[in-house]
Amino acid sequence: MLGIVRQKMLGQSLLKIRPAISVLRSYSSAAKQMTVREALNSALDEEMSADPKVFLMGEEVGEYQGAYKISKGLLEKYGPERVLDTPITEAGFAGIGVGAAYYGLKPVVEFMTFNFSMQAIDHIINSAAKSNYMSAGQMSVPIVFRGPNGAAAGVGAQHSQCYASWYASCPGLKVLSPYSSEDARGLLKAAIRDPDPVVFLENELLYGESFPVSDEVLDSSFCLPIGKAKIERKGKDVTITAFSKMVGYALKAAEILEKEGIDAEVINLRSIRPLDRSTINASVRKTNRLITVEEGFPQHGVGAEICASVVEESFAYLDAPVERIAGADVPMPYAANLERMAVPQVEDIVRAAKRACYRAVPLAAAA
Amino acid sequence: MNSASCAAKISTQPFSLNPTSPASHDRPLVSPKPASLFLGSTRKLRLSSSSKLNLHRRSGTVVAVSDVVKQKKSKSTHSLLITKEEGLELYEDMILGRAFEDMCAQMYYRGKMFGFVHLYNGQEAVSTGFIKLLKQQDSVVSTYRDHVHALSKGVPARAVMSELFGKTTGCCRGQGGSMHMFSREHNLLGGFAFIGEGIPVATGAAFTSKYKREVLKEADCDHVTLAFFGDGTCNNGQFFECLNMAALWKLPIVFVVENNLWAIGMSHLRATSDPQIYKKGPAFGMPGIHVDGMDVLKVREVAKEAIGRARRGEGPTLVECETYRFRGHSLADPDELRDPAEKAHYAARDPITALKKYLIENSLASEADLKAIDKKIDEVVEDAVEFADESPVPSQSQLLENVFADPKGFGIGPDGRYRCEDPKFTEGTAHV
Repeated sequence: MLGIVRQKMLGQSLLKIRPAISVLRSYSSAAKQMTVREALNSALDEEMSADPKVFLMGEEVGEYQGAYKISKGLLEKYGPERVLDTPITEAGFAGIGVGAAYYGLKPVVEFMTFNFSMQAIDHIINSAAKSNYMSAGQMSVPIVFRGPNGAAAGVGAQHSQCYASWYASCPGLKVLSPYSSEDARGLLKAAIRDPDPVVFLENELLYGESFPVSDEVLDSSFCLPIGKAKIERKGKDVTITAFSKMVGYALKAAEILEKEGIDAEVINLRSIRPLDRSTINASVRKTNRLITVEEGFPQHGVGAEICASVVEESFAYLDAPVERIAGADVPMPYAANLERMAVPQVEDIVRAAKRACYRAVPLAAAA
Repeated sequence: MNSASCAAKISTQPFSLNPTSPASHDRPLVSPKPASLFLGSTRKLRLSSSSKLNLHRRSGTVVAVSDVVKQKKSKSTHSLLITKEEGLELYEDMILGRAFEDMCAQMYYRGKMFGFVHLYNGQEAVSTGFIKLLKQQDSVVSTYRDHVHALSKGVPARAVMSELFGKTTGCCRGQGGSMHMFSREHNLLGGFAFIGEGIPVATGAAFTSKYKREVLKEADCDHVTLAFFGDGTCNNGQFFECLNMAALWKLPIVFVVENNLWAIGMSHLRATSDPQIYKKGPAFGMPGIHVDGMDVLKVREVAKEAIGRARRGEGPTLVECETYRFRGHSLADPDELRDPAEKAHYAARDPITALKKYLIENSLASEADLKAIDKKIDEVVEDAVEFADESPVPSQSQLLENVFADPKGFGIGPDGRYRCEDPKFTEGTAHV
C-alpha cells in the first residue's frame, strides 16, 4: 500500500532536482589515499609484527613479493621462516596451515586465486571448518585463507569463478569480502585475530584502486566487526546489496539513479558469513524494494540466500519481487565483449532498480 | 587366463590360492617369473619370517638403520631388546587394543555403536611400537582407523568407548564419532575420514614444532609428529606433496605407512605401479625403511631411530610397516575378496602371540604375569562399556555448540573482547 503511494509521489517528483548529497565517501579534513594493495600489505605487516605466531604462506609470497605484490617487503622484514614460499601444492600447504593452526600458530595461507583453492577445499572445509565442532571445542583453527576471488580481465573460465557462495554455505567458516581500503585493512586484521577459520575473498581488479582513509583506519589497532554490513549510501527508494567490486558498480548505479529520481540505498555486505540479515532486513523494511548484486553464478548464490532471508523475515514489506543480478549462468568466456556480458555492469543494476520501482520496460533477454 | 596356467602358477607358491576365485587372476603375486627382480624381492619380503630392514641410500647423509640393528644383533645375541617393564608395557598396550576392538565389534552388532567403525585387529604392533616411544607433547595424526592410536597415546578407554556410543562423556562429547577422535590433552589429532587428509595436518604440526624452536625461540621444543596412514593413501597426491615439503624444510615428522595390503577391497598390488612404498622416501630425499609390522620389537627398533632422527632435527623418515588387518575394512565390510590362506598366514604371525612367546622364552615374564594383564584389561574394557552405557546422550542444546571458537561469531575487537559485547557494536562501522 505504501509502495503505491510512493510510486505516485515518485512519478510527481520525476523532474524535481534532488539536493546534492555526497554520501559516497565523506571526506575528512586530511583524507589520505590508500590503495587496497597498500591496505592489505600494511594490515599484514602490522599483524605480523604484533604477534610472532602469525606467518604467511603461499606461492610467490616471498621473493617474488607476492603474485599481486600484496606481500611486498614482508620477506625482507620478517625472514624466510615467517614468509614461506611454498611449492605448488595447495592441498599440501593448506593442510600444513591447518596443522599449524591446531597447535596455536596463526597462519595466513594465500591462494594465488581462489580458483586454486579448489585443490585445497578438502582442508578448508573438512579439516579447518569442521574441526572445532568435531573435537567439541578442543581444536580451534585460527587460520586465514586469503587471495583474489572472482573475475579479473580476460583470464578465462578457470580463473574467474566467484567462490563466495561455496564457502559461505559451510558452517564453521567465516567468509569476508572487502571493498574499500578501509574494509581491507579492518577486515583482514579482524580475520587474523579471529580464533576461527576465515576465508578472505579479495578482488584482483580492486587492488590498484585508491580510497580515502581516515586516521582511525590507519591506526594499528583498527579492526572491523565480522558479521556487520556497512551502509555505503543511505537512500529510501530501493535497497541494493553488493560485495567486493560490485559495491563500486552499485554506487555508480546509484548516482545514475539519483539523476532519475530514485534514491538507492547501497549496502556493502562485507561479511558473507555470518550474513548481516538484520541490516538488510531493516533496510528493506524502509525501502520496500531489494536488488542483490553479485559477480558469481546465479543459482544457489549469495543473492539467493539474501532473497530467502528477506522473504522469510520481511515478506509483508516487499512491494516488488526481489531482483537478483548475478553473473551469467555460463563459464566465463574469454572474448572481451562476451566477458562484459557475462559479468554484471552498471547498466544492469540501473535497469533492475527501475524494474523494481516499476519504471522501465520489462527485462531484456537474460543469458 | 585358463585354469591350467593358473594351476602351474599356483604350484610355485607356498600357500595355495583358490584357482576359481576371480580375484586371483589379477594378483601379480601369482606370477612366478623369477626373472622379475621386483617380484622376487616381494616374495622375500612377504614370506620370510625374519624381515629385512632395507634402507636406500639417496644421499650420503642418510643413516643406515639396517646396519645399526644388524650390529646390535650380532654383538649382543644374548642381550635383549627390551626390559621386563617395557615388555609388559608393550604387551598390555597391545592387549588393550585387541580387547577394545573386539568389544567394539560386539557392541556394534548389538546396536550400541553405529555408522562407520574401522577396527585395528592385527596391526597393534605398529601402534604400540611407535606411540609408546613418544612423550605427551608429541603428536599423533591418524586416519579413521584410530581407536587404538588413541588408546596407545593415552586417551582413556572410557572416553573412547563413550565417544563411539555417541555419549556426551566421550573424548569429543559425542560430536566426532569413531572416525574423529581428538584429544588436545594427549595431542592426538585422531581421525580424519578422508585418506591423505591427515598427512598435511601432521606436517603442519611438525612445522609448528620447528617454528616454535626457531622463530618463537622455545629452545627445548623438540616435539615429533607421527603420521599414520595406509597403503592406499600412498597413491594420493597429498602424500607426495608432504613428503616433498617435509624433506625440503627438514620437519620433525615420521611418516608411518601401515601397509596392510588392502584398501577396502582393492589390493595394493592392483592399485600401485611400484608397490614397494619405502622406495618413495629416497625419491624425496629422506630415508625409506621397510619393517615387519607384525613384530613389535622390530617396529620399536626402527621407530627409535626414526623418532630420534626427527628429534635431533635431521628431518623426516618414511617407514613402511608390513602388517595385516584380521577383520574387514570396517564392520560393514563382508571381506570376501581376501584369500583365506593369506589371512591364515598372517594370523599365524599375530603380534601379540609373538610378543608373548618372546617374553616367556626370554624369561622376562611368566604366564601368570601375562594372564594377570589379560584379566586387568578385560576389566578395563568392561568398565569402559559400562561407563559408556550409563553416560547421558548429548543434550539438545549441544547441537549448535562449538561451531566457532568465538561463540558469537562476530570476531574479536582490538581490545580483545568479543565485538558483539561492545556497546557500540550496533552503531555500525568506523566512519570514514
